[in-house]
Formats: sequence, C-alpha cells, structure tokens
Amino acid sequence: MPPVDQTAIEQVFRAEYGRAVAVLVRVFGDIDLAEESVQDAFTVAAARWPSDGMPPSPAGWIITTARNRAIDRLRREASRNDRHAQARLLHGYDEPPEEVVAVRDDRLRLIFTCCHPALNQRAQVALTLRLLGGLETPEIARAFLVPEATMSKRLTRTKAKIAAAGIPYRVPPAHLLPERTAGVLAVLYLMFNEGYSASAGERLIRAPLCVEAIRLARLLRALMRDEPEASGLLALMLLQHSRRGARLDESGDIVTLEEQDRSRWDSDEIDEATALLRSALRRRAPGPYQLQAAIAACHAEAPNPAATDWPQIAALYELMLQLTPSPVVRLNRAVAVAMAEGLDAGLALVDELAEQGTLTDYHLLEATRADLHRRRGDRTAAIAAYHRALDAARTEPERRFILRRLAEQNDRR
Amino acid sequence: MKQYLLSVHLVDDGAPPPPPEAAQPVYERVAALNSEIQAAGAWVFAGGLHPPTTATVVRVQDGEVLMTDGPFAEGKEHIGGFWVIKADDLDAALAWAAKATEACASPVEVRPFQEETED
Repeated sequence: MPPVDQTAIEQVFRAEYGRAVAVLVRVFGDIDLAEESVQDAFTVAAARWPSDGMPPSPAGWIITTARNRAIDRLRREASRNDRHAQARLLHGYDEPPEEVVAVRDDRLRLIFTCCHPALNQRAQVALTLRLLGGLETPEIARAFLVPEATMSKRLTRTKAKIAAAGIPYRVPPAHLLPERTAGVLAVLYLMFNEGYSASAGERLIRAPLCVEAIRLARLLRALMRDEPEASGLLALMLLQHSRRGARLDESGDIVTLEEQDRSRWDSDEIDEATALLRSALRRRAPGPYQLQAAIAACHAEAPNPAATDWPQIAALYELMLQLTPSPVVRLNRAVAVAMAEGLDAGLALVDELAEQGTLTDYHLLEATRADLHRRRGDRTAAIAAYHRALDAARTEPERRFILRRLAEQNDRR
Repeated sequence: MKQYLLSVHLVDDGAPPPPPEAAQPVYERVAALNSEIQAAGAWVFAGGLHPPTTATVVRVQDGEVLMTDGPFAEGKEHIGGFWVIKADDLDAALAWAAKATEACASPVEVRPFQEETED
C-alpha cells in the first residue's frame, strides 16, 4: 500500500468520526464510551497508517478497532456489581460486524438524538457539531466565541442528560417525526447562520460553521430522501453561501443584495441549489425551507437587481404566510409588494403591520420603513425612520450601515 | 423500564386559591389520567399534596434534629402533587407529562430517578 500523509489521515478522521460514533452508540448505548473508543481507534490509526498505509476500508477498520477497544474498556470496568457494564459487554459481543448499509440509519438516529427537544438549542447545536461533525471541543468553542471550559461543560452536561433522562437513541416514530425533523432542520440552519452572519472580524473563525452545516445538511438529505424540506434546507444554505464573497465590502461593511457584485456569487453553488430545489418542489410538499430557498433562487437567477421577479417573490411569501403566518414574513412580503406593485402599496402594508404592534421589538421594522421612504424620495420620513432604526440596531455593522444611509439622505439637498 | 418523577408546580403569586368549582374539573381530569396510566402499566404512585402551610421541616443542626413549622423555602412556587411512573424512555415519560400538564393546568417537571445498581 502507498504511504499515507498526515493530512489524508486527518481528512478520513473528520469524515468518518460521525459514522463510527453512531454505530458504536447503537451497539453499546453509551455516547462517552463510543467517543472514547473511536478516539482510541484514531490514535492507533495515526500511529500505524503512516507506515502500514491506509486500509482498503478506513471506515470499517475504525469501527472494528473502536468496537474492540470498547469491549476492552468494559471488561476492565465491569465488576461483579456493575450489571450495566456487564450487559453492555454482552451486547457488544453479540452484535455482528457492521454492514455499510446499517450505518446510514445509525447516523440518522444520532442526529435525532443530538437534536432532541428536551435539550436546549445551544446544546443541540454543540452536540451535533461534536458527534456528527467530529469537531473538537476547542474548535466548537472558538466558533461560538465562548471559552473552551464553557463549551466543555455544555457538552458534558448534555451527554449526561441524554444518559440520565433516558433520551432514546432512535429515529422518532411516525407521529413524532414531523416536529422532530423540523427541530433538526432548525439546528442545522442555526448552525449555518451563526457562521454566515459573522462579522468581518469574526469570519475566519466562524465560517467553518457554514461548511459544517452544509456538510451535515447533505448528510441529512442523503439519509432522508423522502423529506423534501431536507433538500430545501440544503438549497437555501447553498444559495446564501453563494453570496458570501459579495455581502461584505473591504471595510467589513454590509453590502445589500441590490448593491452586491453578482459576478462574485458562486455560480456552481447556485446551479446545484436550483437543481435540488426543482426536484424537491416536484414532490408538491412545500415547506418553509423550500419556499425560502425558492425566494433566494429568484434573486440568484436575476442577472441584475432590475431583472428580479418580484411578483414571484411576493407570491412565494404569500404561500409562506399560509404555512408560517408570522409578522416578520408579512413584513418581507410587504417589501416584495413594494417592489412589484409600487412603493406606496408596500408602505401601506408596513404601516398597517407597525400599527398592529406585533413588530415593535423587531429591529428591522424601522429600517424597512426607512428604505421604502428612501426609494420614494421622501427625505424627511426616511431620516426619521433611520433614526428610529439606529436605536433598534443590534450590531456594529448594522449601525454603520444605517449611519451611511443617513449621511446619504443628509447629502441630498 | 426507567422511573420518572412528574411533579406539578404551582406558582405562589399571592393569588387566592381557586374556588371548589374550579378545582372539580381538575380532579376529574386527573382521575381519568390516573386510570389511563394504571391501565397502561405505567403506574407506580401518585398523589396530591396539602398546601405548604401544612408542611414541617426536619433537619440536623449542630448535631441535633430540629423541627420547623412551614415549607423548606418560602419560594415563588411549590409542588402541588406528583406522579411516579415507569417508562421505557424519556419520550414515553414526556408523553405522560403532556397529558398531566393538560389535566392539571400547571407546569409539570419530569425528572429521572437514579437507577439502583443491585448486586
């Protein structure tokens, strides 16, 4: 066998960690034991593969080695009084060597376990990154801008809860599957957004979250071929990701969709996304992720802002309202109506929403209003709204963006 | 099977206790739920508690066993009653807890019992 370099080995580890852990969790019913055993197997591999060469099936090798290590561990720990260790030991012996086919279900089970609703969402995201993404604790901590000790405690506590509270290791039964799937999709999308919305200064350390989220979304889609929302989520992520090179300027300031240099959009990702979306939509089971992806696709397909199919976008928002009647979706629809039918029509809808009081805490309400006034040429109203938007701004880049707009309005005399 | 404690939490916000007419539907719903739990073989024990004013706390202090009148903590909430159930896993326990919280119209906390490792 040809000699193997360190990078190739590390790539295999990252790619196979989730799969190996998933199988071991099924066999032994213990996440800590599974992780430790897989890590033991990696240690052996790191020592042997550089000289022996990579085995024909690295995944199989890792799983078999890890299983043997787990059995060794249990033998050492099992005492006459520890019935649990003994039971796990027996179970581990009984399970036959793994077939690759069985492994697909194991990773799906593991994703649902990590995203169980009895765990808070931050815990869900962290554990998914750890067990399925194979990220090390320091990497995850860095990506979420928290100290390593904090993340370590979070992961330990989460795994302890799964064990103590008896969170089952399984794909949920049919009657729970829709809500649980929605939970998994939400976790992956949250993960993506944490990376995608990172400020310029944070981008380098948080961007891996986007890559990981896309990778896990691909995995989920492969494991849930009957679920079009999994394709919808992946398409949405790819479409947003395609714009990453254009959404911030050199100073790290926000560049709006309208102002972005579309030649800097990743056309391969756009093509892949639109193909995914088309096949998903053909199943005639639209959901929020498919619809959001369809809206993003409208933008992606327009060679320039003026060519944007705003009536289509407005129609898609109307469909979304039937599924998720939220004030924020109504606001976004109002903007689409403004662009499709006329600014006054859109503004009337926004004012109506503001009056209903459901959006008072939404930081983008005033910014949206200000933008519509800006387009109408109503300087006074725009400036007033921008000042209110400034009060509501949550991040430094947002503030700078609003100040820039204010400066533009003030320059127009 | 694992065992879980489902405890009913009542908020002490100074509001007067509900009148008997309001309590009756709760008793009926809870009684119906209890029958369901028993029929499913999930029943271990359950009961409603008298209010915290009827409580007594016993503790050791400076080597002595002391007794005080009243609840352990004058808190913002107290336990009104509880179920102990048997369930295969947390999902099964949560399914019972969903019915429990609907029946008694109060939040229900689900906590797993530690398992005994016998010889």
